[in-house]
Amino acid sequence: MEMWFSEFHTPDVKHSIRVNRHLYSKQSDYQRIDIFETPEFGRVLTLDGNVMLTERDEFIYDEMITHVPMAVHQGIKDILVIGAGDGGVVRELTRYDRVRRIDLVEMDPQVVEACRTYLPSNACRMDDRRVHIYFGNALKFIRRCEEEYDLIIVDSTDPFGPSEGLFTREFYGSCFNALREDGIMVNQQGSPFYAEDAAAMQRSHKRIASTFPISKVYQAHIPTYAAGYWLFGFASKKYHPMDDLDSEAWNALNMHTRYYTTRLHKGAFCLPAFLEEMLKEVED
Amino acid sequence: MRNKRNGLDQSRAPIYEALENFRRMRVVPFDVPGHKRGRGNPELTAFLGQACVGVDVNSMKPLDNLCHPVSVIREAEELAADAFGAAHAFLMVGGTTSSVQSMVLSSCKRGDEIILPRNVHKSVINALVLCGAVPVYVNPEVDQRLGISLGMKREQVAKAIAEHPKAVAVLVNNPTYYGICSDLRAIVKMAHDAGMLCLVDEAHGTHFYFGSGLPVSAMEAGADMASVSMHKSGGSLTQSSLLLTGPNIHAGYVRQIINLTQTTSGSYLLMSSLDISRRNLALRGRKVFHQVADMAEYARREINAVGGYYAFGRELMNGNSVFDFDTTKLSVHTLDIGLAGIEVYDILRDEYDIQIEFGDIGNILAYLSMGDRPQELERLVSALAEIRRRYQKDATGMLTQEYIEPEVVTSPQEAFYAPKISVPLAESEGRVCSEFVMCYPPGIPILAPGERITGEILEHIGYAKEKGCSMTGSEDPDLTRINVLE
Repeated sequence: MEMWFSEFHTPDVKHSIRVNRHLYSKQSDYQRIDIFETPEFGRVLTLDGNVMLTERDEFIYDEMITHVPMAVHQGIKDILVIGAGDGGVVRELTRYDRVRRIDLVEMDPQVVEACRTYLPSNACRMDDRRVHIYFGNALKFIRRCEEEYDLIIVDSTDPFGPSEGLFTREFYGSCFNALREDGIMVNQQGSPFYAEDAAAMQRSHKRIASTFPISKVYQAHIPTYAAGYWLFGFASKKYHPMDDLDSEAWNALNMHTRYYTTRLHKGAFCLPAFLEEMLKEVED
Repeated sequence: MRNKRNGLDQSRAPIYEALENFRRMRVVPFDVPGHKRGRGNPELTAFLGQACVGVDVNSMKPLDNLCHPVSVIREAEELAADAFGAAHAFLMVGGTTSSVQSMVLSSCKRGDEIILPRNVHKSVINALVLCGAVPVYVNPEVDQRLGISLGMKREQVAKAIAEHPKAVAVLVNNPTYYGICSDLRAIVKMAHDAGMLCLVDEAHGTHFYFGSGLPVSAMEAGADMASVSMHKSGGSLTQSSLLLTGPNIHAGYVRQIINLTQTTSGSYLLMSSLDISRRNLALRGRKVFHQVADMAEYARREINAVGGYYAFGRELMNGNSVFDFDTTKLSVHTLDIGLAGIEVYDILRDEYDIQIEFGDIGNILAYLSMGDRPQELERLVSALAEIRRRYQKDATGMLTQEYIEPEVVTSPQEAFYAPKISVPLAESEGRVCSEFVMCYPPGIPILAPGERITGEILEHIGYAKEKGCSMTGSEDPDLTRINVLE
């Protein structure tokens, strides 16, 4: 028997993963949630048919969206995480003793429930006493916050679905307002490769760059995302992602990682020429 | 959903069904339109879609004729009348402007007086230019803080009726753009007691016919005619509208009036959209508008929690000039953060990619409807919070929108056709205007033909232009010059 999960990365490009078993399928109030068991990538979580994470390569994403800001700003104590209902981001953050509070705002309770059951390696730290989970709209949550967080991590789905509001100027402005004077916002910034993704990436970079004094982009290679090539945004009020990297302090933590290193940290901000050009185009 | 009294079934949509049937027949077209189901205009077909251009067809026996409906269009009109509680309903394809004009032209002849509030849509005064009726304005009360015109007060209507006993009709703008309602039942009774018709411009009140807890609709209040913008809250295509009439109106005569100016090639896209939307409202309207009202109430609470803004609601009700309030409307007073409504309107579009219905001097209006979702509302509220944080300034020196009482010198028709000259706007004080001047939207005239240009009006126009309002209606697109009577 042949059973395949396929996702269109563009109308003309399709990425397929062989499936052993379809473990979970549910239409929540917001989206369709599916979990597959696959021979190559282990368990795969999809939302509305888009791959969110696979057991095989989630470490790349979750390490890169957390350790980069944590290695730059040594005073991060209070963190807001938006989306990330699978728990992978929280798992990485709870490894730091200095973290005092992690507020997680997830729109869809069903995602958290499904991941607790079927993706325990991601959801394993969701019950840490420092973690507070709020279900609801992130825009609504954040417009009530003022200078409350040192770090905001925006782990959203793509900008064409229910997460569209997390790629808007009003959202980035609210994040700025919710961060302390030396706060950092890191967001998943999509892929720069296919035309439609690239245009969305440029739009959100433009909005972030006009909101924060420091706005940089860094990259990682994630096999199951479009083009295997993914970007993150690093927006900051004070710290520069390369100049203020404290490699010694981070390495002294002796944290075992599989993708992130402080050497890779510097390299991740060195971008290919075509991407530099794309970013420059929208930076005033 | 069959009405036991008349046997009409609201789950039917006769025009839509006839078009579906017609499509299946694969009739060969040797008639207009010349694009022949889109084949002759592939670019248009690619843009609008085959399904759309395929039903852009001409009147014919199986599809009836809007000028003289005898089959499916007539059935659709009967269903619409039943759904809206009217004696008769006319499908209109020239916008609610055509409904309003047909309403006025059906009731007034040259020289007749008609009682109406000055803050009517320009389509009403245009109708007076066409038929030569003379307006008797009831000046609306103005809310001083918000700078918006309110409804008609009962005693002012009574006074106008007493002073002009020969007037043929009272026209009520209900609700206003902002959702303000007059005491419609009382005004209908006063008009009828004086032997006058009561006409209602109900462009912003389609949902009143399908809501619970919403203000009374014109037909339920006993009005004789009402113009209903189905394409606003009703969900049909832009430019489609309904004209409703009560039991004392001769429908055949109204049809003749409509046919004076209406196209003989009524669009089946527009008519089918009216038919399908009426069905949707009849079957699901109550639930839908309940949700819309809930969303608007939620947004009001959230916007008021931001601080600085005032999203107003039912607390404005005073038993007379604000007899009722349409809770599906979301209007926000912005002056207290030091920004004119039009400035907030522009910032929302230019910086936040949010298009709202309009901004005037002191307020913005976001139009909520059956198509809205909570996540977009959160964006609107957050954007307003951000605008306050980034742009808030001292509010001194901000003008509120004053209602300027017009001095009517001649009837709109006389002024419109009289010999006129163009003068620089700055030198026009004291002259009699022969054209319209308005901010669009909302399209309510600052000056109408036949009215005196005063210093106060010129100051208002100058301020509105400075704040970025688009001024329309005048022959000179930049409104540096204005046409006045010789």
